[in-house]
Amino acid sequence: METLWFGIWGLLWAIYFSLDGYDLGLATLRPFIAKSDTDTRIINNTMAPFWDGNEVWLITAGGVTFAAFPTTYAVMFSTLYTPLLLILFGLIFRGVAFEFRSKHDSDAWRKTWDVLQFIGSFGPALLFGVAFANIFQGIPFDEENIFQGTLLTLLNPYGIAGGVLFVTMFLVTGALWLAVKSVGPLHDRAVSAASKIWVVWVLVAVVFLIFTWFATPLWQNYLVHPWLLFVPLLTVAALFATRYLIAKENWWGAWGAATATVFLTTAFGVIGLYPNLFPSSIDPGLSLTAFNSSSSIKTLKIMLIVVLLFVPLIIAYQGWVHFLFKEKITEKDLESDEAY
Amino acid sequence: MDVELLSRLQFAVATLFHFLFVPLTLGLSLLVAIMETIYVRTGDEEYKRMAKFWGKIFVINFAVGVVTGITLEFQFGTNWARYSQYVGDIFGSLLAIEATTSFFLESTFIAVWLFGWNKISPKLHVACMWLVVIASSMSAFWILVANSWMQHPLGYVLQNGRAELNDFWAVVTQPFAILTFLHTTVAGYIIGSFFVMGVSAYMLLRNRDVSFFTKSFRIAVVTGLIFSVAEVGIGDLHGKQVAKHQPTKLAAIESIWVTERGAPFSMIVIPDAANERNHVEAIQIPKFMSWIAHGDWNAEMKGLKDFPKEDRPPVALVFYSFRIMVALGMLFPLLAIMGVYFRNTLPQRRWYLWIMVLAIPLPWVSTELGWIVTEVGRQPWIVYGFMRTREAYSILHPSQVAISLGAFILVYSLLGFAAYFLIIKTILKGPEAALPGDAEPKGATE
Repeated sequence: METLWFGIWGLLWAIYFSLDGYDLGLATLRPFIAKSDTDTRIINNTMAPFWDGNEVWLITAGGVTFAAFPTTYAVMFSTLYTPLLLILFGLIFRGVAFEFRSKHDSDAWRKTWDVLQFIGSFGPALLFGVAFANIFQGIPFDEENIFQGTLLTLLNPYGIAGGVLFVTMFLVTGALWLAVKSVGPLHDRAVSAASKIWVVWVLVAVVFLIFTWFATPLWQNYLVHPWLLFVPLLTVAALFATRYLIAKENWWGAWGAATATVFLTTAFGVIGLYPNLFPSSIDPGLSLTAFNSSSSIKTLKIMLIVVLLFVPLIIAYQGWVHFLFKEKITEKDLESDEAY
Repeated sequence: MDVELLSRLQFAVATLFHFLFVPLTLGLSLLVAIMETIYVRTGDEEYKRMAKFWGKIFVINFAVGVVTGITLEFQFGTNWARYSQYVGDIFGSLLAIEATTSFFLESTFIAVWLFGWNKISPKLHVACMWLVVIASSMSAFWILVANSWMQHPLGYVLQNGRAELNDFWAVVTQPFAILTFLHTTVAGYIIGSFFVMGVSAYMLLRNRDVSFFTKSFRIAVVTGLIFSVAEVGIGDLHGKQVAKHQPTKLAAIESIWVTERGAPFSMIVIPDAANERNHVEAIQIPKFMSWIAHGDWNAEMKGLKDFPKEDRPPVALVFYSFRIMVALGMLFPLLAIMGVYFRNTLPQRRWYLWIMVLAIPLPWVSTELGWIVTEVGRQPWIVYGFMRTREAYSILHPSQVAISLGAFILVYSLLGFAAYFLIIKTILKGPEAALPGDAEPKGATE
């Protein structure tokens, strides 16, 4: 039961990163790719019906951490206090930036929200990567569950490598989302950005994987159970499929492959982490695992029913929404009164 | 200041701010759904414009509610780690159920509603808003079940060094939770109704879109009347649950120091907590207090002096908050009845319209005070009678929490200014200007 819940926990974070990844990435890329106010609005409107639903996966991932592994939830979020609050403030500004930007006709107003949207997207993308990389290598918390360090402790080379990897992954999926949803010069710039950043992605991924070998025990599980190596192999395959599909000009396919890469990258990390959820770098004996930090079996069973009933339903209706709003966004769409 | 107080202040800022937006989300979603249903049934375009105009305000308000809700969920972990660890088996699952059952439904279908006017049939479109209404009530239900468990914990056993769930059904169906849920959602419907009435009154005073705002007012006055009358009864039943399960809160609410049978109700009371008595107790109704609290003229009312000092909540804050909340709660049905009475002559009743404009903030004041009574009245417990607040907060450095509290105040002030600026702007623009693209081509083709 605990192992199953560990899997669900990892699955939810992977879904969150796969979905919110593209809108975090695209909002980070936007200042560099939008040449006019119209471009900016088109970009924002490609994400309009989706960003909010995508972000709810974060609430669910957080909520499920609380429900299934309350001790991990408590220790993880209190030790990562400052980065987590920075992420949340970032997401606040970014969320309302979508909603507020075009509702008042003033350049200063729009500029302010554009800047906040960029910081609120880039910041969380980077910090999520930093946080997860640090979790992979272990967090310095003691037997009282108190964090022995500062924000700078987390900004170690491996942490930063994780942050850069996340930002790069999200940038490519974001650029590909724009390629799917736009036409004309903006579409071309999106494609060109995706192809260029894809090269960086490959380099960063190689560095990160090698670094992981030395900085973390993540590969251990794969050495013990070599059949699990299909996960990193699939990740690499998806990464290269992304490039192949870009070359084929199959934008939905390329976006799908890039998103799958994000999903599999998270899965690779989480599988390597098992059974740890939140390892301590001070004393491995203090590490929080799926077994020593989980809820009672009764609670896990109730939550299992809830998750099995609702998660497929959510995926179904969110899929329907992506289908409903599948058309490309053009200047004409901006005339609509509801447009951002 | 110590970490406990800073953490409490931070939670209070985050919750009270969040709750400026959430109840309007509840209330406006219902009203917009009703307006659009009338449109779908009658085909009268004016109701479509109505749904769009109020929906626009709804969406701005909704966005702030969502983003400030995320921080709340994570704060249990960041600032109340020992609490989360100790009761997470029960409390955490309720929060997770809220997210999976309600938040997705709410945020996905509000997007379909907002962007889907020309993509789906009118019936499906209005169904999306009804789904939002249902989802926001479900969300309220789960979070209030969780809160009620903190007020009246049950259905758990102490084992493995923490509270573990042993009767989910008892937690979910306890009367305390059901009444808290009704009390709070109905408060949201009152806020939404008085908001629509107040804004419509203002526009009528300025003689703008008289037909549009008269009709808006008439819809809201119906819901306003139904829910403000219902709230008096629900509030009373909820109060009796508090009386039954939270004697220290009850004693603070009524500022009762000495235990007494058949306790009188005093219209005017000035608490004097330092001397454990009241400065003033005037205009008394004999035995009435016992009757309100327990439905029995001779019931015993426990006084605060019967409880050790370390178990008592702060009296003055709880007492005044409660009194003002109740006074306002009595005022709302009166205002709504007047509205029903004047429904056909609204533009001529300028004094009444002004009152309704000035009354817009009052349901908010009442609701926020209600939360102060609920949460401060529960102190010194985080889970009533079971876990103390000082055993619950995260061990962080005071400077960390002081900085984050400052950041919360700054960020939320900016956010609040921006949101209300936009809401007021949208209102002043009015429905016509808010819907230029819609009104003209329709008129041209028909």
